[in-house]
Amino acid sequence: MAETVISVRGLVTAFGRQVVHDGLDLEVTRGEILGVVGGSGTGKSVLLRTIVGLNRPQAGEIEVLGRRVPPRTEAERAALEGRIGVMFQDGALFSSLTVRENVEVPLRRVTGLAPRLRRELADLKISMAGLPWDAGGKYPSELSGGMRKRAGLARALAHDPEIVFLDEPTAGLDPIGAAEFDRLIRGLGDSLGLTVFLVTHDLDTLHAVCDRVAVLAERRVLVTGTMREMLDVDHPWVRDYFQGPRARAARPAGGQG
Amino acid sequence: MTETAAQIETVAEDAATRLCLSGRLTLAEVPALDRALSRVGAERPVTIDLSRVERMDTAGAHVVTRLEARLAAEGKGARIAGASPAHAALLETVAAAEPAAAPAPAARRGAAERLAGVGRRVAGAGRFGAELLDMLGLILARLARGIVRPREFRLTALVHHCEAVGVQAVPIVALMAFLIGIVLAFQGATQLRQFGAEVFVVDLIAISILRELGVLLTSIIVAGRTASAFTAAIGSMKMREEIDAMRTLGLDPGTMLFVPRVLALLLMLPILALIANAAGLVGGGIMAWLVLDISPPMFLTRLVEGTDVANYVIGLIKAPVFALIIGVVGCHAGMRVRGNAESLGRQTSAAVVTAIFAVIVADAVFSVLFAEIGI
Ligand SMILES: Nc1ncnc2c1ncn2[C@@H]1O[C@H](COP(=O)(O)OP(=O)(O)OP(=O)(O)O)[C@@H](O)[C@H]1O
Ligand SMILES: [Mg+2]
Repeated sequence: MAETVISVRGLVTAFGRQVVHDGLDLEVTRGEILGVVGGSGTGKSVLLRTIVGLNRPQAGEIEVLGRRVPPRTEAERAALEGRIGVMFQDGALFSSLTVRENVEVPLRRVTGLAPRLRRELADLKISMAGLPWDAGGKYPSELSGGMRKRAGLARALAHDPEIVFLDEPTAGLDPIGAAEFDRLIRGLGDSLGLTVFLVTHDLDTLHAVCDRVAVLAERRVLVTGTMREMLDVDHPWVRDYFQGPRARAARPAGGQG
Repeated sequence: MTETAAQIETVAEDAATRLCLSGRLTLAEVPALDRALSRVGAERPVTIDLSRVERMDTAGAHVVTRLEARLAAEGKGARIAGASPAHAALLETVAAAEPAAAPAPAARRGAAERLAGVGRRVAGAGRFGAELLDMLGLILARLARGIVRPREFRLTALVHHCEAVGVQAVPIVALMAFLIGIVLAFQGATQLRQFGAEVFVVDLIAISILRELGVLLTSIIVAGRTASAFTAAIGSMKMREEIDAMRTLGLDPGTMLFVPRVLALLLMLPILALIANAAGLVGGGIMAWLVLDISPPMFLTRLVEGTDVANYVIGLIKAPVFALIIGVVGCHAGMRVRGNAESLGRQTSAAVVTAIFAVIVADAVFSVLFAEIGI
């Protein structure tokens, strides 16, 4: 299980004069669920976009599933796209398609898939993401914020990718819905051997689903480790984050630092 | 990886059929797998053996779950055997998530349904007209309020829209009218020369441009440029809930968005029509000079003597009405935009078509009206 599926070395990204990452290193192994945390604006979403090849870095090497990112040819890009799924921070659903059609989009690249079966698979994913069956026929603008998140997840998982990238999937969900979401991600991780790159601020989610946490600060990955190891890190931000009042409340009972 | 494609093997045992699935049961294999599994007969009990499956994802699990359900419903039942713990867990997750058969509403088609459709469209057209009147009323009320309470009035926005609606439209409007003047003079000359009545070409140009074409064609061009711009701007704000945000902040979209736009049109369309009239007369005059040897001074004399100033006034009376029509249609279509990008495009083109159509209808009404009162 020690196969590395994402490796980032010496990553530098910048927008104009603003340097977002400077010499960032990160490795993710197959089947693990990695939580990425960091203050607002530390570049978590930018890191995600860079790893999936939407952002061209200034320097550094990125490999996803053994392939170089950003891909150099169309064929390389297509091969990679079929194996990863992305859920964007604000859903990024196609507004002119219904939820079901949105979820069917990644399935359309499978050659020979009958429309009926494609529809069934889309409905299955919609239901797995915790949406009611009649949500499939609705347009994104007719959904609540939390339902849009779920629809985004359903689309990210539609083609059974090996790695999913989730940008704050539980933000804006009610606590019960968020807990269900956590269970869903954990369950998929276990039964599908899914690798998950999870950006989140939600301490409950970190406790419930993440095998390992990476902290983004000072333009690089400051530390990585399990939630328990985070408690021993001697860095002001990390201490405040994992030992603040909210963190204490979120820690599972008995899990004393 | 040494995984193999999905394979199916059928072994007949004494009491049941054993269906051995092996290899990858993944999305890429699912189309072929589904076709093969749909041929599995349901005459005998079936054991679905998953012990040699190397990999399975939700798509594969779905196909297996569905096969099991079909065999259970049609035949002697099915049983899944030999699944690894991970695969069993996945099958369970998928089976639990399978949506209950979605009640597909059967599309009714028939004479009655078609008749009802016609009725719905007629009622819809009526509602559309009522909504337009609603918008007109709202804009007039807000305009009136702006006169009573000028502090609420947004002068900066008005100036900005005047530039976009008026100043930037001057070149295209002037060029269009100039060319129309040329065409009229040329066509008129060819016809009138047959009767030796060349000099009446001046009357022809003057009356048709001042009374009808100047303002009508200007309005059509403005409808094309401006109604669509209004719809796109207001519609994209509607789409991103900016208009709802304005309402919650106590800002009235009527005052903030509609009034400056419509007022800009009301001010600029008559001016544009004036420019079009002048450009049309210049174009006609040049052509008359070149083709018919009617010198510019002669053209002017004939123009002043032969053309009643009423023609000019009648032309310009229509301008504010056309401006109101274009503004109301554009703003209204913007507010009809729903949450998706496609509806924005649909409403934008609908706004242009509706505005041009309404302007031409209004022009026809004016013609009848003026004919009735004899001017
Ligand atoms: N396209 C862009 N152009 C310029 N600057 C950008 C762009 N995208 C992101 N940035 C900047 O990069 C920095 C990191 O942004 P990013 O969206 O990754 O933050 P984040 O860590 O995801 O924050 P949050 O937790 O609020 O989502 C910010 O300062 C942002 O202003
Ligand atoms: Mg972000």
